[in-house]
Amino acid sequence: MADSALPTAPVPQLAQSVRDRSGVRRRLRYYGEKLGGSLISLFAVILTSFFLFRIIPGDPVRTMTHGRPVSIEQQEQLRRDFGLDKPLVEQFWSYLTGVLRLDFGDSFQFNRPVTDLIGDRIWPTVLLVGTSVVISAALGLWLGVRGAWNHGSVGDRVNTGVALTLWSVPSFWLGLILIVIFASELGWFPTSGMESTGVEGWERIPDIAHHMVLPLVTLVAVVYAQYLMIMRSSLLDEMGSDYIVTARAKGLRDVIVRRRHAVPNALLPTVTLIFVNLGFVVFGAVLVETIFTWPGLGQLFYSGLSVPDLPLVQGLFILFSAAVILMNLLADLLYPVLDPRVRP
Amino acid sequence: MATSVSRARRFAAGVAAAGLALSGLAAAGTTAATAATDDSGDSGDDEPTSLTIAVAQEVDSLSPFIAVRLLTTNMGRWMYDFLTNYDPETGETIPALAEDWETSEDGLTWTYFIREDATWTDGEPVTAEDVAWTFNTMMTDPAAAEANGNFVENFASVTATDEHTVEIVLDEPQVTMLALDVPILPEHIWSQVSDFGAFNNDTEFPIVGSGPFVLTEYEPNVSITLEANPDYWRGAPKFDQLVLRYIDDPDAQVEALRSGEVDFVFGLTPAQYETLQNEENITVSAAQGKRFQAITLNPGARLQDGTPFGDGHPALQDPVVREALVRTIDRDAIYEVAYGGLGEANGGYIPSRYDTYHWEPSEDETIGFDIDEANRLLDEAGYAPGDDGVRVGPDGRPLSFRFNVHGDNPQYIQAAEMMAEWAGEAGMELLVEPVSEVGSLLDEGTYDILTTGWNVNPDPNYVLSINLCSGLPTELGGPYLSDAYYCNESYDQLYAEQLSELDVDTRAGIVKDMQKTLYDDNVFVVWGYADQLEAYRSDVIASMTPQPDPGGNYYGQDGYWSWWSAVPAGEEDSAGSGGSGDDGGSDDDGSNTGLIVGIVAAVVVVLLLAFLLLRRRGATADDRE
Repeated sequence: MADSALPTAPVPQLAQSVRDRSGVRRRLRYYGEKLGGSLISLFAVILTSFFLFRIIPGDPVRTMTHGRPVSIEQQEQLRRDFGLDKPLVEQFWSYLTGVLRLDFGDSFQFNRPVTDLIGDRIWPTVLLVGTSVVISAALGLWLGVRGAWNHGSVGDRVNTGVALTLWSVPSFWLGLILIVIFASELGWFPTSGMESTGVEGWERIPDIAHHMVLPLVTLVAVVYAQYLMIMRSSLLDEMGSDYIVTARAKGLRDVIVRRRHAVPNALLPTVTLIFVNLGFVVFGAVLVETIFTWPGLGQLFYSGLSVPDLPLVQGLFILFSAAVILMNLLADLLYPVLDPRVRP
Repeated sequence: MATSVSRARRFAAGVAAAGLALSGLAAAGTTAATAATDDSGDSGDDEPTSLTIAVAQEVDSLSPFIAVRLLTTNMGRWMYDFLTNYDPETGETIPALAEDWETSEDGLTWTYFIREDATWTDGEPVTAEDVAWTFNTMMTDPAAAEANGNFVENFASVTATDEHTVEIVLDEPQVTMLALDVPILPEHIWSQVSDFGAFNNDTEFPIVGSGPFVLTEYEPNVSITLEANPDYWRGAPKFDQLVLRYIDDPDAQVEALRSGEVDFVFGLTPAQYETLQNEENITVSAAQGKRFQAITLNPGARLQDGTPFGDGHPALQDPVVREALVRTIDRDAIYEVAYGGLGEANGGYIPSRYDTYHWEPSEDETIGFDIDEANRLLDEAGYAPGDDGVRVGPDGRPLSFRFNVHGDNPQYIQAAEMMAEWAGEAGMELLVEPVSEVGSLLDEGTYDILTTGWNVNPDPNYVLSINLCSGLPTELGGPYLSDAYYCNESYDQLYAEQLSELDVDTRAGIVKDMQKTLYDDNVFVVWGYADQLEAYRSDVIASMTPQPDPGGNYYGQDGYWSWWSAVPAGEEDSAGSGGSGDDGGSDDDGSNTGLIVGIVAAVVVVLLLAFLLLRRRGATADDRE
């Protein structure tokens, strides 16, 4: 591992250019493989999403009309409207051709195009979950570095303990506790929603920020431990490495050893984690969005699953998967830039 | 070291600047919060009084032709008038848009006289043409029949004979002619719609209607605002606004009520009800249930032509086993324990709040809790106990039944556990298994015992119709109505009789016979009716009319009585204890925002200082090294 950090001997000119050409090929192949793999994954997602949600028990028409005076004729009419009376192969074909045109059909329960619904809901989720990724990554990484550098200290043990405890707490439970204490008892924050009605213009910014505090705290509290633990353990690995000993032996200041030598190397595993989590951003946090009635994609998914609203859950599933696949691809492509050791 | 200190100073200066910026934000936040709470406060003369209801269900469509959800059909009642309405006290039919009506002797021609003082909210008069157009559209356009098509299936023609008279001719007599729960729509607006299947009526506000409330604002998943219709012929509602606010989680709804963000919550669990009972400024209400709780015992799933399907336990096709099983159910204990006493143990299919049609067994008809009798019945029928104590049928199959319970209903689960205990004492095994969804079990006939329940309307016709033989599926996977694969010819005959019986008392007699038939067959086993639990802020709402009065519910009434009659609490009484209060309440909230931003700022400052200190300590350590 540490070898790569050592300077390599100069290579003769001719050999260098040969290596360049084969290097380009290797790099092209690397990127091609990653890209191809992603496309195959995406296609598999599109295929499975159609059948996956048809395994969910439940009849959309029955769920939506249950408890209402609905005759068998009306049920049949709804089935026809939803296209559920057609053979599965025909449904699949129209689904497939629709998806290729980025048309996910009309939601059963909202009677609107799925793409419209996603468009309405995507920004609340990106705002909430995106912010939570940034904050929890920053907090987790910072605490992780501190913890590893002073590992075994009281502060480290307390930090790790707190983070792991919060990590194991169910997010909906924590959210509810926060609502009871800070919204209901103390009245500092609204219990739910993203904004107050009738607030316009610039005033929406503090209003939304106000509504965002509790869901954000819930998400960060539950998630930051991941970053902390990964950062801490990979930094601990690095700290035992020879190059750290060398760096110290050279008489470098501790802070320089940490910042210039150890942390950049230890950061690599977390890059993947951050990207994967960025992919999950659009997935939102189903439970947290539901408990706080945050009008995002997670909440939309939840309401789609309970019917099941097939076009809606299919469309969302493809979106969620595509985001994760895309972010994974970006992480794969970025990794060689950050880490010379995996350069193709 | 020296550099560290100067850097620390620069940081401190930065922090101070950030603090200043944040206090600016705080000021902005204060105004925002004041503006935000105004909509739900009854502050002063110019501020509208507002009643906010917490809801979880989302809008499927605002078009009454296609809206099927409970929320949107309820809203239809508030926004549009129907031909007739239901009395708030008794639930009996009373005039609404139709001031009066006549029936031909054969019961096939119905004439409705439309009131002359009703207007649409855009000022146009409501005429017989509007009524005829609404029904005719449902009869001719399948898309417009999606929601209420069952009411017009039997209609031969609907004609406006003059401006205020509508004549409906039927193919067959139909008893629900005074219970046509169909919103009447303004022809002059709706006739311009080309595709009723795609039109959601959610782009132009206010929505023109003729009911006591006008929908003026709709923010999907945030809120729906309805304003009082000042020209409503029955009189304007007393609250200026009715706001529906989305809160998905039931516990979060309760917290929003406690904090005053909403004024009314419904569908409480017994536990939530008991917690709220002791809260200041909150009134709880346990109303007579509109819904029955029951189990169905799979009597052998079959299609209409008799073809069996599914894998129901064959022993349940034996009426003796079904009776024995019912004998082990202690309905009183279920409501006492699982429902905390907030319900009524009863075996009748129509809840007791509809006293015209409600039936319950007399003492000698009762198939009541009697485990000894259950044991005796099973012994006599030859179901002898096996080695493990579970009785075995003549076919060698033990009386071990799958019992699927709605997993989202804690009361059902508790009741099921109790029932399993009792059944065990009679040598029957109930394997309680909570499920998230029962639809597929019904589709495929793969259950033995299932929890169920139905809402019952003032007119019992529909809920009785689901147990007809014609409610069975015609093909596997095809649509069906029943939850129990019930089919009994004498029941079907009684149903046909009551359908054409226009005399209420005679009809009620037949309906009661039907309920007795259901009760004796032990397929659809009703436990009783759980109370409808609701709570509201008494510092915002002084009073409302329940239905039935007294003892009834406020949300989901047959009619608009609760919101129409709700009286705002006097301004001097509504001391600000949250967002729904008066001006004081709003100010409180405003300063709260300031406080919060202040706290956030303070936390940021503390964090930055801590960060600085840690850095300094690190620097010192470096220097020492």
